[in-house]
Amino acid sequence: MRTNNVLIIGGGVIGTAIARALSRYELSITLVEKEVEVGFGASKANSGIIHPGFHDQPGTLKAKLGLSGNVMYDKLCKELDVPLKRIGSLLVALKEEELGILEKLKVQGELNGVPGLKIVKGEALFQMEPNLTKKVKAALYAPGLAVVSPYELTIALAENAQQNGVKVILDAEVKNISSVNGALKRVETKHGFILTDYLINAAGLFADEIASMVEARNFTLLLRKGEEYILDKKTADLVKHVIFPISQKETKGVLIIPTVDGNLMIGPTAKRIEKKSDLSTSREDLQVILNRVRKLVPQISSENIIASFAGIRAGSEKGDFIITPSKKVKGFINVVGIDSPGLTAAPAIAQMVVDILSQEGLKLRKKRDYQPSRKKWIRFRELPSREKGRLVKKDKRYGNIICRCETVSEMEVIEAIKRGARTLDGVKFRTRAGMGRCQGGFCAPRIVQILARELGIKVEEVTKRGRKSNIVLTKK
Amino acid sequence: MRIQKVDVAVVGGGPAGLAAAIAASSGGAEKVTILDRNKTLGGILPQCIHNGFGLHRFKEDLTGPEYAQRFIDRVEELKIEVKLETMVLNIRPEKKILAINAKEGIFEIEAGSVVLAMGCRERSRGALSIPGTRPSGILTAGVAQQWINLEGYLPGKRIVILGSGDIGLIMARRLTLEGAEVKAVVEIMPYPGGLTRNVVQCLYDFDIPLFLEHTISFIHGKDRVEAVTIARVNEEKEFIPGTEKFIDCDTLLLSVGLIPENELSSSAGVRLDPFTGGPVVDERRQTSLEGIFACGNVVQVYDLVDHVSLEGDIAGKNAALYALGKLKQPKRLIKLIPGRNIHSLVPQLISGEDMTTIFVRVKTPEKSVKLKMGQGIKEVKKPLVNPNQTLTSTLSLKELVLLNALDEVEVSIIKEGRE
Amino acid sequence: MDKTREIICIICPLSCQIKIRVKNKKIVSLESNGCRRGKEYAEQEFYNPQRVLTTTIKVKNSDSSPLLPVRTDKPIPKEKLRECMQYLANIEVETPIEIGQIIASNILKTAVNVIATRRLKS
Repeated sequence: MRTNNVLIIGGGVIGTAIARALSRYELSITLVEKEVEVGFGASKANSGIIHPGFHDQPGTLKAKLGLSGNVMYDKLCKELDVPLKRIGSLLVALKEEELGILEKLKVQGELNGVPGLKIVKGEALFQMEPNLTKKVKAALYAPGLAVVSPYELTIALAENAQQNGVKVILDAEVKNISSVNGALKRVETKHGFILTDYLINAAGLFADEIASMVEARNFTLLLRKGEEYILDKKTADLVKHVIFPISQKETKGVLIIPTVDGNLMIGPTAKRIEKKSDLSTSREDLQVILNRVRKLVPQISSENIIASFAGIRAGSEKGDFIITPSKKVKGFINVVGIDSPGLTAAPAIAQMVVDILSQEGLKLRKKRDYQPSRKKWIRFRELPSREKGRLVKKDKRYGNIICRCETVSEMEVIEAIKRGARTLDGVKFRTRAGMGRCQGGFCAPRIVQILARELGIKVEEVTKRGRKSNIVLTKK
Repeated sequence: MRIQKVDVAVVGGGPAGLAAAIAASSGGAEKVTILDRNKTLGGILPQCIHNGFGLHRFKEDLTGPEYAQRFIDRVEELKIEVKLETMVLNIRPEKKILAINAKEGIFEIEAGSVVLAMGCRERSRGALSIPGTRPSGILTAGVAQQWINLEGYLPGKRIVILGSGDIGLIMARRLTLEGAEVKAVVEIMPYPGGLTRNVVQCLYDFDIPLFLEHTISFIHGKDRVEAVTIARVNEEKEFIPGTEKFIDCDTLLLSVGLIPENELSSSAGVRLDPFTGGPVVDERRQTSLEGIFACGNVVQVYDLVDHVSLEGDIAGKNAALYALGKLKQPKRLIKLIPGRNIHSLVPQLISGEDMTTIFVRVKTPEKSVKLKMGQGIKEVKKPLVNPNQTLTSTLSLKELVLLNALDEVEVSIIKEGRE
Repeated sequence: MDKTREIICIICPLSCQIKIRVKNKKIVSLESNGCRRGKEYAEQEFYNPQRVLTTTIKVKNSDSSPLLPVRTDKPIPKEKLRECMQYLANIEVETPIEIGQIIASNILKTAVNVIATRRLKS
C-alpha cells in the first residue's frame, strides 16, 4: 500500500483549501470526504461573505487569518475562475447610543489592519444605499468586503487540487484511525485503509469525533445553527452592500446579503444546538429574520422568498480557531473550530497549515508543473449574444436551455457532470440550474435524466445529494 | 445574428398560444410563429391525461392530450411556423424577440405584433417557507404528474398532498390508481380548493382523508422525506399547538397555487396588475405596450382550459389586426376596479365600444349573491360564487352605453337583497 | 332497518348534499332540493356509480414517449377501476397510434373500450 505524505479529512472549504495549497509541492496527498461530493457539509450553507475584518478582536487567529485571507481572495478567485464581487459592507447604527459602537469597531478594525474604514451618514449614506430605513443614524463602511459562492469555491479548490495530483475520495466516512509504529497513521473508510504520515483534521462539524479517534480530545465544539432565506432576483436592486446590524452577541447578527449570483439573502440566525443532523428551518427564525431585516430595509418582504436553508457553524468553545499540531501524536494536526470568518480565512488557514507541516518535518519541494489555474467554466447566461451564438454553432447542446429561470444550457449540465457532479445538488451548485424562482420545477426532471444518461445509471438511482435522497422511487 | 420578420409572434405553445396563433392566422396574418420551450406543443396538456377538458368549447368531455391535438391539427393545417425547444431570452417593447435553440442558435424575431402566452408556474416549497428539513421527495403536483404520465416513474409510494387545488386532487387519484398510498390531502382553507367533482371522484372514491384548515407544520427526513407533521390553523393561519398529527410518508406533493410567468413581460416593460400577477390588458388583450398582447394563464390563472383558449382567440385576432395595421386603438379606456370579494378580474380596461366578457375570480365562497358592476349598470344573480371557479359576465351594448359616461367602474360581489 | 346516507351532488357547482334513506339496499326517500338532475345523479351514484378511467399504457418502440395516455370510451362501474388498472398494466402497444384507436375492447366484459388519447407517430 502506498503511504501518503498527507491525508486530509474533510472536503469542505477548509479541507479543499489545504489540499490545493499543498498540491503545489511534490507530495502524495489524499482527501477523504464523507458526503458524495465536496462542499456538501457546512460549506454549502455558508453565507458566502469575505469579511473585511473589523468584527474580530485584535490578537486572535480570527483577526489575523481573516485579514490575510481577505486579501488573498482576488488572486485565488481569478486563478480558480470563481466569481468574486467586492461590494463592501455597511454596519448600521439605528440609535444615537450606537454611534459609539461604530467608532469602537472602526478603531478595532484599524488595529487589525483593515483598510478604508469610514463612518458615513446623511445624504452620502442614502446615496450608497437608498432603501435603508430613514431611522439610520450612521454606518461603518468597509470597502473590502466581498461575496463569493462558497460551494463554487469549494468545488473549484478541490478540482484544482485534483488537477495537481491530489486524490479525492468521496462517500468515505472515516470509521477508525490507528497509529502504526507510533507515527504512521492508518485511516479506515468503507473503501479500505489509507496510510499517511501526516493527518489533517478538517472535518468541521465532525472534527471532535475525528480527534477522539486519534487522541484524548482537548477541545469542544460549539454548534450553532443558522437559517437563511433567499429572495427572488427581482429584489436584487434593493440593497447593494452587505448590511450588518449592530450585534451585541457573539455572532455578527442577521444580515442582508446581496449574493454574488444576484439574489438577496437574509439571515443567519444563531441557535445553540446539540444534534449535528439538525438542519431544519422554523417559522420562528423566519419571523426573527424578517423582523430584524425590515428594521434595516423596510421594503424586504416574505413574498419574495424562493428558498431557505440551514447550516451549522462548528465553532470552538474558546471562541477562536484551533489550528495546532498534536503534542502527543506526531503528524496529527487539528484545523477545527472554524466558524465565521472561516470562509474568509480559508486561504490563510491553508497557508498556515502548510507552514505547520513544514515545521513538523514535512519536506516541501515545489512542483515544476504546478498549475494554479483551474479550467475555465463557461457561464452561458453571462455571455453576450454573439458569443452565445458562436457556442451553439460549436456545440448544439449550448442551444438547449435546461434551466429556464437561470438560463443554463444542456452543455453546461454535461460539463458539470464531466467535472465531478454526481447528484442533482452537484449540478445545481456548479451551474445554478434549479436555483431560480421555480426551484427546479421545470428542470429537475430533465437534469435527473441527463445525470442518468451521462453516468450510465438508472433514473431511479439518481439522488439529490447522495445516500437515500433518490428523486423518483420506481419505474412504472 | 439572423433577423427573421414575422407578422405575429406567439410566445408559448400551450392552450393560450395555440388558440392565439390559430386566431391570428385565421384573422389574416400571413406569417405566424409560435415559440415554445418544450419538445411538444400543448403546454401542460399532454401530461393532463384526465378528462374534463373542452366541455364549453367543444361540448365534449376530452382529456388534455385530445384537447391539445384539436388545436395542433389546426396549427398544422394553417401552416403556422412552430419553433420548439426554443427559449425566448428577452422581448423588447419595439416587438423584437431574442431567442435561442439548438438548430438555429441565437436569433432575433422582428414581429408586427407579439402575443404573450407563457402560462404560469407552480408555487414551490421555498415560496411557502414550510418549516423542517430539505430532503428529496418534495415536489409540486405538476412535476409529479410529469414523472408519472410522461416519463413513467413513480416519485414515491406513501404520499401526503398539501393543497386541494384541482391538480392536487387529480394527482391523489392518479397516484392511488398507480398503487401509491395517498395518506392525506391537507388544505389550509376551510373549504377545498378544487371542484366538488374532483373532491368526490379523486378523494372520497378512494377514502383519502381531507384535512381542512390544516397545514404542514414540519417536514421530517434527512435524505428522503420520512414524515410530515400537520397542524390545524387558526384564522391568522398560525399553527394551533396541540393539534399536531404526525404522518409517515416518503413524498410531499405541493398543490399550492400557480403564479403567472411574467419575467419576460416585466423585462419588456409591460405593466403588471398586482391582483392577477399578470399584465394589465384591455378587452382586446392588448397590454400597456402597443402591439404586445397577452392571453391565458399569463394574464390571470384560470380554472378551465376553455377560458384560456377563449382568451387566446381574442388576443390572436387582435394581434393579427394590429400587425395588418387594422386595429383601431380605443379612444379611451374605462378602468374596472376589483371591489368587495373580488380577487382579480380581466380585462382590467375596456374601451366601452364592443361587447365584452369579463372574467372574475372571487376571494371567498358565498351563496345567494349578485355580481354587481358600477351603480345600476349591471347586477346578475349568482346562487354561488367560489374562488375555484371563474365567473364570467358579458356586457351588452346597452350596458356599455351606461358605462361610457364613467372613467372607472367597481366590480363587486354583493349579498342578495342588499342595495 | 332504515339507513341514511348523504351523496354530494357534482352536477352543478352548488354541490348540494342529497340525503337518502335506504332500506333493503333500496332508496326509500330522497331530499334533492327539488332538483331533478340531482335526484337522477343520487340514484345513479347509489345503484350504479360509474367513472371514466384515464391512465397510461407502456409503449414498446418509442424513443420520444414511453407512455401512451388512454381512457375508457364510456364510464365503467366504479368498483372495477382497480381491476381495470391491473389489466391495463400488462398491455404494451406499438406505434404508430391514432387518437381514438381501440387499445383494449370490451374491457372486463363491461362493453366499454379503452382508447388512445394521444397520437404517437412511429
